[in-house]
Amino acid sequence: MNTARRNPLNTVAAHAALITWTVIALFPVAVILINSFKARKAIFREPLALPDADSFSMIGYQTVMKQGDFLLYFQNSFVVTVASLLLILLFGAMAAFALSEYRFRGNTLMGLYLALGIMIPIRIGTVAILELMVETGLVNTLAALILVYTAQGLPLAVFILSEFMRQVSDDLKNAGRIDGMSEYAIFFKLVLPLVRPAMATVAVFNMIPIWNDLWFPLILAPGEATKTLTLGSQVFIGQFVTDWNAVLSALSLAILPVLVLYVIFSRQLIRGITSGAVK
Amino acid sequence: MATRSRLHIAVFLAPAVLVYTAVMIWPLFNTLRLSLYTAGDDGRVFSGLANFRTLLGDPRWSVAFWNALGNNLWFFVIHMLVQNPIGVALAAILSHPRLRFAALYRSAIFIPTILSFVIVGFAWKLILSPIWGIAPGMLDAVGLKALFAPWLGREEYALTTLALISVWQFVGIPMMLIYAALLSIPEGILEAGEIEGITGWAAFRKIKLPLILPSIGIISILTFVGNFNAFDLIYATQGALAGPDFSTDILGTFLYRTFFGFQLQLGDPHMGSAIATAMFAIILTGVCIYLFGVQTRMRRYQF
Repeated sequence: MNTARRNPLNTVAAHAALITWTVIALFPVAVILINSFKARKAIFREPLALPDADSFSMIGYQTVMKQGDFLLYFQNSFVVTVASLLLILLFGAMAAFALSEYRFRGNTLMGLYLALGIMIPIRIGTVAILELMVETGLVNTLAALILVYTAQGLPLAVFILSEFMRQVSDDLKNAGRIDGMSEYAIFFKLVLPLVRPAMATVAVFNMIPIWNDLWFPLILAPGEATKTLTLGSQVFIGQFVTDWNAVLSALSLAILPVLVLYVIFSRQLIRGITSGAVK
Repeated sequence: MATRSRLHIAVFLAPAVLVYTAVMIWPLFNTLRLSLYTAGDDGRVFSGLANFRTLLGDPRWSVAFWNALGNNLWFFVIHMLVQNPIGVALAAILSHPRLRFAALYRSAIFIPTILSFVIVGFAWKLILSPIWGIAPGMLDAVGLKALFAPWLGREEYALTTLALISVWQFVGIPMMLIYAALLSIPEGILEAGEIEGITGWAAFRKIKLPLILPSIGIISILTFVGNFNAFDLIYATQGALAGPDFSTDILGTFLYRTFFGFQLQLGDPHMGSAIATAMFAIILTGVCIYLFGVQTRMRRYQF
């Protein structure tokens, strides 16, 4: 382990390797963002140059704002993501509490049943999910997406949260019971606040796949009023494929919110992954 | 406890179980069931395994099915051979103690993973486009211009190119998981190795690698499941037709086309269900091999 101290060459090699991959990882994103602020000619003449006074142009963003309803798409994505996360956390924590706290017949079986969905992707059932949504009149509503993402997120949420809830001290809960607290009060007032870090991990894990999903918005809610940002930018780019300014600006607008979320939550996310939540 | 009512257990379980059963498990089984039906004159007709006979026996379907399955396997092989080794290597370098800026590298390398397939697909499509000329320009700068080809437009390269784009996007996940596994190795074990003269590469191969094998197993099965229900990247870059000439068609895009229809072909939920059932069987087989064949044989070390 001390080779780094003994051998400066190793340290240089380590940094060289990491810098190389960092450049590879960030280069495409940077190229898109930089060129979205340039006039059409400059995009083609000097694709790697930063925009200067001469080449700076917001024409792409103007087209996007005029032609696409990106504010609505963003709002839809936001509603779907936040509502799904809230339901996953609430329902998931409740079920995890029942499984970890009480001994009842079928406990293990119920745990296994809920864990099935960790490995089997919900997309396999798409044909029948669409049929279900047609029958219940939920096609082209955000509610359809929220229900699907909630079902998709629950298995892993229950699994992770029940691991954490087993560590909450029994003495604390029993003290609450002696004080006459109901089981509901024990759950909401004693246990939930203690597993907040695990809830944050679950939320961050689910946030990105829900926000980025293309499959279910495309199939369940492709209507103009319910398009999410991912689907909206896909459709917009498909229509404006020859307008490079508009395409680059649309891509940048789609990157931005995720990047902001990542900057806010990256510590939480990385801590979640590295703390071994996914075992 | 015994004197209290047990109703609260049901109340705690009900919402999760209801949503999960109604939106995930029931549709899953319903999809498996629908694969046994065909559309008749008045509604659905039970037809046994006819859809599967069509899928595997009728050349109009079977050629497309085997093509998609083969492409999907290649997609998976590239991930296993490129994504996971790079992820392990990056994690090994990152986990070096006293490495400066480790957190910065880690966060930067993870950025592509958080972007949607739509962004990733179009960004690379633009960069690799011969019209824009970023990729040929850069190859020119290092004197390799002759190597450039419109990779996404050529049948022989398109699938591999897309798999590599997907590798670029997801390398952060194996990196993070292996990084976590490496950090959990106690310093004492490594020091004991050092006293025996095992350092550097030997330490990695003889001490760390056996200890992170379970994590590599988890990454492999996650990659497998993710690849065999992939769809978004191919759809975003090549469209539902997975061109050129279906050379990038994988099971996800094949399912989408069959179920939803495209151009002149009408959508067919029953054939769609049959393909979904095949995907289910493939994924289930993979998961079972992992759970019973790999995971149980792997030695886990408790510290």
